[in-house]
Amino acid sequence: MNKIVKYVTIDILKSKVVLTYLLFLFLTCFGIFNLDNNTTKGILSLLNIVLFIVPLVSLIYSTIYIFNSGEFIELLVAQPISRKKLITSIYAAVSLSLVTAFIVGAGIPVLIYSPDKIGLLFIITGALLTLIFTSLAFLGSVITRDKAKGIGMAIFIWLFFSILYDGILLLIMFQFSDYPIEKLIIVLSSFNPVDISRILILIHTDYSALMGYSGALFKEFLGSQKGSVVIFAILIAWIIIPAIAAIRKFIKKDF
Amino acid sequence: MNTEEKFVIGKKFWFRFLRWIRPLFLSVVFLFFLLPLHAGVINVSSRDKITTIKQAVEIATDGDTIMINGGMYKEKNIVVKKKITLLGKNNPLLDGEGTYEILTIKDVAGVVVSGLTFQHSGFSSLKDLAAIKVIDSRHFSITKNTILNTHFAIYIAGCDSFSITNNQIRGTPGNDEQTTGNGIHLWKNSYATITNNNISGHRDGIYFEFVQHSTITGNYCKSNIRYGLHFMFSNNDEYIQNTFEKNGAGVAVMFSHHIHMFKNHFLFNQGESTYGLLLKEINDGIIRDNVFEQNTIGIYLEGTNRIDVTDNKFLRNGYAIRIQASCNNNNVNKNNFFENTFDVATNGTLVLNNFNGNFWDKYDGYDLKRDGVGDVPYRPISLFSMVIENIPVASVFLRSFIVFLLDQSEKIIPSITPENLVDNTPLMKPVKM
Repeated sequence: MNKIVKYVTIDILKSKVVLTYLLFLFLTCFGIFNLDNNTTKGILSLLNIVLFIVPLVSLIYSTIYIFNSGEFIELLVAQPISRKKLITSIYAAVSLSLVTAFIVGAGIPVLIYSPDKIGLLFIITGALLTLIFTSLAFLGSVITRDKAKGIGMAIFIWLFFSILYDGILLLIMFQFSDYPIEKLIIVLSSFNPVDISRILILIHTDYSALMGYSGALFKEFLGSQKGSVVIFAILIAWIIIPAIAAIRKFIKKDF
Repeated sequence: MNTEEKFVIGKKFWFRFLRWIRPLFLSVVFLFFLLPLHAGVINVSSRDKITTIKQAVEIATDGDTIMINGGMYKEKNIVVKKKITLLGKNNPLLDGEGTYEILTIKDVAGVVVSGLTFQHSGFSSLKDLAAIKVIDSRHFSITKNTILNTHFAIYIAGCDSFSITNNQIRGTPGNDEQTTGNGIHLWKNSYATITNNNISGHRDGIYFEFVQHSTITGNYCKSNIRYGLHFMFSNNDEYIQNTFEKNGAGVAVMFSHHIHMFKNHFLFNQGESTYGLLLKEINDGIIRDNVFEQNTIGIYLEGTNRIDVTDNKFLRNGYAIRIQASCNNNNVNKNNFFENTFDVATNGTLVLNNFNGNFWDKYDGYDLKRDGVGDVPYRPISLFSMVIENIPVASVFLRSFIVFLLDQSEKIIPSITPENLVDNTPLMKPVKM
């Protein structure tokens, strides 16, 4: 297993895409922190970029990587290695290199400029988002054999969680604004990993206090110790469930 | 030299003499008036002949000074109806034992209360028990006292021309607004001066009801459970250079007119229905040179007419200004808006107010004429703030990408946001303060 992880990692490093991603994050973070002398505002600007870029890169890169190394995977499937081990190793290698890129690229500037709870929270959520969207990409690319379909699915997943989901919730909110839908909306938005990450970070800045009524409501709901545990549980579930589904699907997959 | 000239010189001399002698004469008269003030000093302490303040007040005549030495005085309610000076020396403690009003001053002019510490007044929902209550009096001053854990700290009714200066007031807030009294409570007074007091832990820091022509300067109101400063039916007053921090709401001005608000600092007034400055049914006021920092709502205006909001700084508030459709003819000019989540919010489409000539940090227009004024109007209301106005829970989508998209499309074609709420001459650089 370690051998597979090693080879895949070397392969990823050779292609330099992940290194470019690392450099991009690094420069963006430094740029934003230098533009703003207020670090909390800097983190909030970065939050927008991270919620946008991290899922997109994780999804597209992982999908393309799996399809491109399709022949390598087929070759290994023919070897006496358990399929579970094989897919887990590839997942570990891809996600680890992406997470490392994020932690080095975004983590170092953040820890330099904002070495506090919010900075740490920011790095943790970014890493978790990377893992979540790598899992989803694996699931997508195991389900389909067609590369175009796979990439299409990845883009759709990204579009869905970044924009469509919020749009649908807004629509629900407008349609049912006469009913007490506060809790429903909070519960529904906590099912979206992108939304929940955004809310998690906003709650821990002084932003929520500034937002008054509903700010207080979701602070009460999610800002407590228990709330944070629930949020992290949801995020981890978003990593594990698609990953397990992908592994199961891969074990039964007919090449 | 003829007689006429002599007469003129003589007149000149006489005038000079008069000019020289008059101040002397006046000061002698003045000293004569001062004399009764130094008529007698009555010392009170456990070692003196007179051990209680009540005894001292009883034997004192107008103009006497009662010097209260260090120690604990539990004397139930002390009533003063004479023109005397109460001075504290070595920190005397007047204790109300949680049952009594401590000091009551009634129907008298010229009382001075200084250097005393009051604590534990009674709490009553029927009577407004206070540490110091002054009724129907004039020309008194209350200075340099410390007032701890009382229901009302200083309660003044039906008085005029007095000053309350340099007092330290700390209360312990009860569970709700009903069981906690105000720090400095003024009812039906005029010409009051309230300066450099430090008030925390009360219901309202300073409360004004039917108070005219008064000045509030340099006070610091922190962590009061309702308002830092509260005006009701009080006209022609001004408050200058005060700081209001972490109160239920910074300042509430209600049902009053001609209030001047200059150089105050409103900060960290955060929470559900919390404002830096709440204006309700106010006419003809001036709000100038204030700083609003990190409040949930910087200024909230409701039923407000002809107010000038000028040269203020709004920094990192949830909403800088929330102006209801019931406001008319207000001018918001030459203010600086920095890093507010929402610059302006409103609840309707009717806008009868003027928002020209401000600096908005979110303004992204250009200035080809190079006259310092942007060529494109700025609309300070975002679509999302209108959405939150109708559906408060929508604030979970704050900083979400879809909100950004909606706001951008609304900027190009305004449909929901009020068309008239616009700054036609937005500044390119912040106003110098």
